[in-house]
Amino acid sequence: MLDQTRLSALLLGRLGWDAIPLHEPILLGTFIGVACGGLCILAAITYFHAWGTLWRDWITSIDHKRIGIMYVVLGLVMLLRGFSDAIMMRAQQAMAFGDSRGFLPPHHYDQVFTAHGVIMIFFVAMPLVTGLMNFVVPLQIGARDVAFPFLNNFSFWMTAVGAILVMMSLFVGEFARTGWLAYPPLSGIAFSPDVGVDYYIWSLQIAGVGTLLSGINLIATIVKMRAPGMTLMKMPIFTWTALCTNVLIVAAFPVLTAVLALLSLDRYAGTNFFTNELGGNAMMYVNLIWIWGHPEVYILILPAFGVFSEIVSTFCGKRLFGYASMVYATVVITILSYLVWLHHFFTMGSGASVNSFFGITTMIISIPTGAKIFNWLFTMYHGRIRFELPMMWTVGFMFTFTIGGMTGVLLAVPPADFALHNSLFLVAHFHNVIIGGVLFGMLAGINYWFPKAFGFKLDAFWGKCSFWFWLIGFWFAFAPLYVLGLMGITRRLSHFDDPSLQIWFVIAAFGAALIFLGIACFIIQLVVSIRRRDQLRDTTGDPWDGRTLEWSTSSPPPVYNFAFTPIVHDNDTWADMKKNHYAPPEQGFIAIHMPANTGAGFVIAMLGAAFGFAMIWHMWLPAVAAFVALLVAVIVHTFNYERDYHLSADEVTRIEHLRTARLTANV
Amino acid sequence: MTWANEMRLRCAAQTRGSRGLDWLTSVNRMRRWRATLSASLSAGLLSGCDLVVLHPFGAVAAQQGRLIVVSTVLMLLIVLPVLGLTFLFAWRYRASNPDATYKPDWDHSTALELVIWTAPLLIIIALGAVTWINTHTLDPYRALRKIDATHAVAAGTKPLVVEVVALDWKWLFIYPDQGIASVNELAAPVDVPIDFKITSSSVMNSFFIPALAGQIYAMPGMQTELHAVINHPGAYEGFSANYSGAGFSGMHFKFHGMSGDDFKRWVAAVQNGGGALDNDAYLELARPSERDPVRRFSSVSADLYAAILNQCVPAAPVTTAKVAANGPRPSC
Repeated sequence: MLDQTRLSALLLGRLGWDAIPLHEPILLGTFIGVACGGLCILAAITYFHAWGTLWRDWITSIDHKRIGIMYVVLGLVMLLRGFSDAIMMRAQQAMAFGDSRGFLPPHHYDQVFTAHGVIMIFFVAMPLVTGLMNFVVPLQIGARDVAFPFLNNFSFWMTAVGAILVMMSLFVGEFARTGWLAYPPLSGIAFSPDVGVDYYIWSLQIAGVGTLLSGINLIATIVKMRAPGMTLMKMPIFTWTALCTNVLIVAAFPVLTAVLALLSLDRYAGTNFFTNELGGNAMMYVNLIWIWGHPEVYILILPAFGVFSEIVSTFCGKRLFGYASMVYATVVITILSYLVWLHHFFTMGSGASVNSFFGITTMIISIPTGAKIFNWLFTMYHGRIRFELPMMWTVGFMFTFTIGGMTGVLLAVPPADFALHNSLFLVAHFHNVIIGGVLFGMLAGINYWFPKAFGFKLDAFWGKCSFWFWLIGFWFAFAPLYVLGLMGITRRLSHFDDPSLQIWFVIAAFGAALIFLGIACFIIQLVVSIRRRDQLRDTTGDPWDGRTLEWSTSSPPPVYNFAFTPIVHDNDTWADMKKNHYAPPEQGFIAIHMPANTGAGFVIAMLGAAFGFAMIWHMWLPAVAAFVALLVAVIVHTFNYERDYHLSADEVTRIEHLRTARLTANV
Repeated sequence: MTWANEMRLRCAAQTRGSRGLDWLTSVNRMRRWRATLSASLSAGLLSGCDLVVLHPFGAVAAQQGRLIVVSTVLMLLIVLPVLGLTFLFAWRYRASNPDATYKPDWDHSTALELVIWTAPLLIIIALGAVTWINTHTLDPYRALRKIDATHAVAAGTKPLVVEVVALDWKWLFIYPDQGIASVNELAAPVDVPIDFKITSSSVMNSFFIPALAGQIYAMPGMQTELHAVINHPGAYEGFSANYSGAGFSGMHFKFHGMSGDDFKRWVAAVQNGGGALDNDAYLELARPSERDPVRRFSSVSADLYAAILNQCVPAAPVTTAKVAANGPRPSC
């Protein structure tokens, strides 16, 4: 009897029926909705006999374009989850005044704001950024794929597993109630004994492995695989920002891994790195997590800057103004982003000289950032601006981000930060730069490169609706928060006593509703575009009169990207080629050496998911089993010798002739 | 005086009316009016009477508020032209405008690049200087030199010492010189420097009274400091500005600025009523609870604050079985 109890503890750990939140009507409703939706999707896949395609062409694909698309899809799906959390918070804060406690008790509300932050940064912004880089960078530098195609597939699935674990916490157990950075001692075992923080730790650890490997992969790709003639100072700006971002990833993410490992040791092994007792010091955690956390925001924003640079140049029909100063600005930001982390906690009691140092280094970052804004401005100057969707997002970004940058510099003044730290002013500021910068950048990028990925443009009408709802909705949602911050209202409150504040929260909730319409219009835009794909078709491969190499190949590009590796003579390679009346080659094709698909990445990542889940619930036996299985899967994969194949010259000729035929049919 | 300004003044007077009348000297009124005017300029059409961060009632917060306005104005010097140029260029160089110049290969101008790097640089040099000076003068650890914009702290002034403990989820204030303590209620005489020593019993919080001065973290096992002064009698909001768990939303208190005599009366009232705060009473108090009413203690164990700071009050306030199993801590 006793043995049986111990065995079940080893097998199931803390997991029991009480972990399923049957008593929470909101969660139960969500679960039923998700389950029905999931079943519909599974049924649809079965009905259309799509399982084989799904497995062969997507799940096991090592094609950087398909992996990039899967990253973007993951980011967009998780955006819906993160935004649901946002709507719940805005609704709660608009309702919970005086006697009304709103509809979310603290136990639930605190999970919602934690999950919102974690999901939006790690599982929306990061996948969107990584997805765009994955899709665009090899095409922009004239490469056939990334340096390590299998690793790329594995990285994606590790990121996806992180997202899966966060989603599981919704229906099995609970998520952390600590805020998105899980400061100890609150996140320590003494004050958070439940599984929430463990879900947080393991989802970030597993996704972090994926992010780090993808960073290494893209650095190797950019450094080693550029087309002949593409010196560093002839690289497109987006590739430059991708290079800097991935350098930041490789330098910063190990810090996150280390600090979360220390927190895990505190929680699992009874160590005292960040506890109140036995020499533990929570301030060390705060420092370490921000040494990762500050570079992280530049990891997100730099590629967005790159997207805007490409778009401005293309839609102004003009070379980018100040290419060299743009590159230097990017590199300076990359370096400086490591010298500012303390500005996230001026209020922790550092001396005035330390605070001043970090305040001033923070302000210095605004100089290269300002130079970038001016470079975009003077690219527009004497340009011929076509206000297509990507350009609209870019101008919307310039208006919005400039304000967000200004409030950021204000927060970098330590005495001002003492008054505004952790306030809704701060919340407004970072949404101003993350939505106005990163998200607008990603949506601009999706609208810009969608025709490259799928061969047809996105519908302009619904795209414009989405843009205006997002832009206006953003200001309605966050301008009130700036005001509330100046009233001294702090963040993460689930209830307010002062009824005079309510009007501001109602306005903010209205703004969130407008953003909801923006997201809805975006989804409609996708659906409408797919239905009208024949009218929106682009056969040229170059629908925007682009200037960089990705527009020189067909849309969607063939699996090998370029039949012949292009030779680069100019920054705006494709514009230069067009000026010199480039014609696609029609003969002389040779066989192309390509990497072969493999299911190993998916299998290893899923075993990682099983391991993470078992660790979260203290299911020691399954954890050991999953870990051993994972190691075995890795070793077995090393014996896979069928990693590449040759696409025959005949096949390449057939694909290229098909393209030539399509091109001439439309001339 | 325009109608709008008069309304704003009346609005400000209404807010302050409940906070005592001695602020209504003509000098103060003029100062208030000017402060309100400048704040309303920066805050646009917003009602000026709510933005406590921009026009607070303590000298430290007032300087911080002014710094926010000054920094914003400095940055607007460059932000407004950028916004204006964005709009201008977007309109002027639209593809449908046949009159605009089009130079597809123009991508460099040394003079212009010099300007776009130096203009932000100059602003940042100015702002950096402002930052360096103010970060030092407004260092929360530094004892006050002035009690308001015009009056220096008189020589020999003894500051009011308050030991602040963030508990789950309420605030304990110990007045070592008066030998009293209170929960969720803080009082101080106007124009007397206050010397806060701040710690926490369990998790991180942030001690913040927007009307008085900027915030500083309250952390277990560590002490932070804050020097401040309140210049106008009244009741002001205080709260934790760092999320600390389930009861966080209710973790606020009233801070009362009082005339010197009123403060003496308040101290005497606390000394004459309420129980003693010894180790046991503290451990009882430190148990997690939410939205606690005001409580007062007429006496406090002399070494209680030091014991809290060193995490040494016998038996831990909130522990799981695991931590408790470690037994009494070696430092106690």
